[in-house]
Amino acid sequence: MSDVRVAIVGGSGYTGGELVRLLLFHPHVQITQITSERFAGKLVAKAHPNLRGVTKLKFTSVAQLDACDVLFLCLPHGEAAKNWDRYAGLAPRVIDLSADFRLRDEAAYRFYYHNNHPRPDLLADFVYGIPELHREALRDARRVACAGCNATATILGLFPLYRAGVVLPQNTVVEVKVGSSEAGNRANEGSHHPERAGCLRSFSPTGHRHVAEINRELSVADKASVHFSATAIDMVRGAMATSHVFLNQSLTEKDIWKIYRDAYGNEPFVRIVKERDGLYRFPEPKLLAGTNYCDVGFEKDPSSDRVVVISAIDNLMKGSAGQAVQALNIMMGFEETTALAFPGLHPV
Amino acid sequence: MTTTVTVVECVVCGADVELDGTTLQGELIDCDDCGCELEVASVAPFTLREAPQEAEDWGQ
Repeated sequence: MSDVRVAIVGGSGYTGGELVRLLLFHPHVQITQITSERFAGKLVAKAHPNLRGVTKLKFTSVAQLDACDVLFLCLPHGEAAKNWDRYAGLAPRVIDLSADFRLRDEAAYRFYYHNNHPRPDLLADFVYGIPELHREALRDARRVACAGCNATATILGLFPLYRAGVVLPQNTVVEVKVGSSEAGNRANEGSHHPERAGCLRSFSPTGHRHVAEINRELSVADKASVHFSATAIDMVRGAMATSHVFLNQSLTEKDIWKIYRDAYGNEPFVRIVKERDGLYRFPEPKLLAGTNYCDVGFEKDPSSDRVVVISAIDNLMKGSAGQAVQALNIMMGFEETTALAFPGLHPV
Repeated sequence: MTTTVTVVECVVCGADVELDGTTLQGELIDCDDCGCELEVASVAPFTLREAPQEAEDWGQ
């Protein structure tokens, strides 16, 4: 099998660096170019010191990009759509890690991103990149829009219950706790260490941008309308969604187990984590750092019809670059777990 | 020698639990899915129940 030639646009950021780390060890991929305007001409390890001695690749400018088989876009939101024709001309397959092409609905984009979409004509061309929901579409996809990290954790936690039609679709309340890497590597006053360290910052009690994609993906039978809040916590990596859903029928915990097992029993990267004893009884994001797993657990309130769903990921992996590589593997017909086998660390 | 495997449902999560002719009444078995400790309540027919749990030692 000849290598797939891959280029990464925006390779000095956190998701770009994660993608480089993964693809350097992918047996069927050759990274041909990695762009960064700020680091052009410098070793990739200058931006990603974990790759010292691992690769001698240097960053190039976007202007120097050549044609390749698959182009990954790891650009700030808005940039991929603005320069789409240039990027689309370079490769038959494009995987975009930004939010630019996640939504189908132009009005929803305008509402959540406070701008008119620069290329609404393209919105229908992209497959939403969560394999557990769209694996068949990904096999033939030419354009993939990777999901948001908070959206990925929330959707994977809730999708089985929504698909089974056992919850009230308007009544779910989701609280996501996220690490600081989710904000990217551009500094601002709020990310200054003495301000950020030790914080529990309610940065988005309402109006989070990922709500639009969550509602769309969960609108299986009825239109979903989740109530979503996000809190920044003192971790670098990790996102954990605690979702309060309300059943529309009487179910036991065993019934709920069966719903989740039916959805995820054969999934390579979703694990049901719900144990009666031990130290880690529910999903714990710190154990997932560097892995492509989404761990999903739940508990039914014995005194009400509420089910608390807990779902955790590494935001840079299953929430971004890992999801992108999983999508690449599906698109190219590789074993889905290729380059994604790292099981994480304990203790960590 | 082959023994006949009987599949019984975990009483906690509904996963398949395999028992066979070597399984004894009172034996403790861990469910692979939910990690729950199950006690073989009877062997003819096979029935399971959740094993008594030790005192809780888990907190914040």
